[in-house]
Amino acid sequence: MYKYDQYDQSIVDARVAEFRDQVERRLAGEITEDQFKPLRLQNGLYLQLHAYMLRVAIPYGTLNSKQMKMLAHIARKYDRDYGHFTTRQNIQYNWIQLDQTPDLLEELASVEMHAIQTSGNCIRNISSDQYAGAAADEVADPRPWAELLRQWSTFHPEFAHLPRKFKFAVIASEEDRAAMRLHDIGIQLVHNDAGELGARFFVGGGMGRTPMIGPMVRDFVPADDLVSYAEACLRVYNRYGRRDNKYKARIKILVHELGKDEYTRQVEEEFKHIKTLNLDPPKAELERITTFFQDPDYDLSASDDLDLSDPDFAVWVNQNVKAHKQTGYAIANISLKPIGGIPGDASSAQIDVMADLAKDYSFDELRVTHAQNIVLPHVKKSDLYALWQKLDEAELATPNLDLISDMIACPGLDYCSLANARSIPVAQKIATRFADVGKQKELGELKLKISGCINACGHHHAGHIGILGVDRKGVENYQLSLGGSGAEDVSLAKITGPGFDEDGIVDAVEKATNVYLEQREGDERFVDTYRRVGMAPFKEALYD
Amino acid sequence: MTDIFSLRDDTPVSELPVSIEEFLGGNATAVRIEVGEDTRQLLPYLDRIALVEVSFPAFTDGRGYSAARILREAGYNAELRAQGDVLLDQIRYMHRCGFDSFAPEKPLKADQVDAVLKRFDAVYQSSMDGQNPVWNLRHGG
Ligand code: SF4
Repeated sequence: MYKYDQYDQSIVDARVAEFRDQVERRLAGEITEDQFKPLRLQNGLYLQLHAYMLRVAIPYGTLNSKQMKMLAHIARKYDRDYGHFTTRQNIQYNWIQLDQTPDLLEELASVEMHAIQTSGNCIRNISSDQYAGAAADEVADPRPWAELLRQWSTFHPEFAHLPRKFKFAVIASEEDRAAMRLHDIGIQLVHNDAGELGARFFVGGGMGRTPMIGPMVRDFVPADDLVSYAEACLRVYNRYGRRDNKYKARIKILVHELGKDEYTRQVEEEFKHIKTLNLDPPKAELERITTFFQDPDYDLSASDDLDLSDPDFAVWVNQNVKAHKQTGYAIANISLKPIGGIPGDASSAQIDVMADLAKDYSFDELRVTHAQNIVLPHVKKSDLYALWQKLDEAELATPNLDLISDMIACPGLDYCSLANARSIPVAQKIATRFADVGKQKELGELKLKISGCINACGHHHAGHIGILGVDRKGVENYQLSLGGSGAEDVSLAKITGPGFDEDGIVDAVEKATNVYLEQREGDERFVDTYRRVGMAPFKEALYD
Repeated sequence: MTDIFSLRDDTPVSELPVSIEEFLGGNATAVRIEVGEDTRQLLPYLDRIALVEVSFPAFTDGRGYSAARILREAGYNAELRAQGDVLLDQIRYMHRCGFDSFAPEKPLKADQVDAVLKRFDAVYQSSMDGQNPVWNLRHGG
């Protein structure tokens, strides 16, 4: 885990003081809400339907138990005893009082956390692979690169007011667990022929109103050029990205309108210039950061055996536990999707339990996933049974990872002021319809994603099944789409046809899954069958 | 005319800046860049320029930051002025990008500007204000 030094700490502390000053000026009436808005937004504070919402950054989704405990403490002291983990690997609190936010941020700073750039048209929290450092298929741990980018992008003076928000993802495996190519910039670490580590840059992916898969603009950026190259990508965007229409302002539109080749040409030209300015960090800096991400002290004689005689435990292991690169260890996923619950929500007590379990069983480390779950990345296999029992007591052992009830849903009309429709009740109804784990397992891997409006925070374009809430003459209506993926087989889902009402969409999902069960061949997943047979049989079942 | 708030030692240029078009066709020494105009057109003439004024029609329009950096990166060191919706909380970013004079639509208080500029004593990235980023300080640079 990265640890702040005096510089990191002083920057975060100064930010707290600055925000305290801004809040005081606002409360004293020295600045108007209009003037205050951009300031609070740069600090992750939104005004929602009912209250302020604060989004706290969890850089690349990694945190330790002390930080996790602080998140529980904040939920207890400043909110209504729960927090909501987001698709950006962050956490949000929905019921925050403005005058308390400076104290809240000060408490966060005491455990090396902050809310910097969790909103606004700037470079947002850098996301990464939730299995980083534990996955057998990675060429390196991507997090040192993500941390370097976090530092570079923090209060970057040139890119504080971009045309639109800007999201990076950094991964280091062929298997893409972070929807890398649906980011403004997606980076995949690779080795070149000389065996050096470098970054493959994909630019201009994204969801929202016009979803796009980011094309590759450079197949290898050496570590020494990373910052210069990123500056070049951003500068071209800052200068030429559209500012006349909020919905055309993301970099994907610029890359699309210029064409990938022309955008790349401009970036390379800018890069050639920027490289002469000596902006890149010294080599030793990435090396310094990398030392914080060494393997934990594994027990090299740990046994690889696992007693699965308890059938409930076996079901959980089978679904939620993944292979670890170290013999005798495993990756344990904690589902925050209990049947009928709110996807991504956890109570303070549950957050505390997860923190304690990380300390006892996972070298003090936790991850937040973009699918709104929690990961304990390094669990000794011989500890899994005890871990599972404690999770079960805390109602955190739902064995549904990657199954239909492990869905992503945005906050929707229950909280979000931009929403057209509610997401949470739809998620709950679908989960309840498919409550039987046997039925879910029969359907296998099925990624269902729900957004409450076209902004697509619920990633519906990337769902094997996607649901989009729209407003039809004042009534909530839900569009169904099929065939998306945010993984290495990245694709965008297609709309089936006319939308459905709230109960209709639940039936429609069930009908779609029935078509799959009838048509599947071999061990095809839902999305594989859809890709093979196409939309027609689904349409027929849905609309006849 | 709005008050000019300058961080420079010399007095602010009082000549009224002309458009890029007019500048390129004449011999004015003060020029104004509107958002969307290509700053690089000025690069061949930096020697004869005493003032570049960059317009910020809205503080949310950040194109002026890149304009400033491009000029400073090319070695321009005369007055670089941000004009328009220039607010206290953007001053630090502007200064880091190379602006050293400000013509805000709503006047700024000197003591507040001072406080804002002094707030952060460490920065993560190199820019045009000469501040040494922490990744150099960490390694004795
Ligand atoms: S998708 Fe729309 S409704 Fe859902 S959180 Fe985003 S903006 Fe709000």
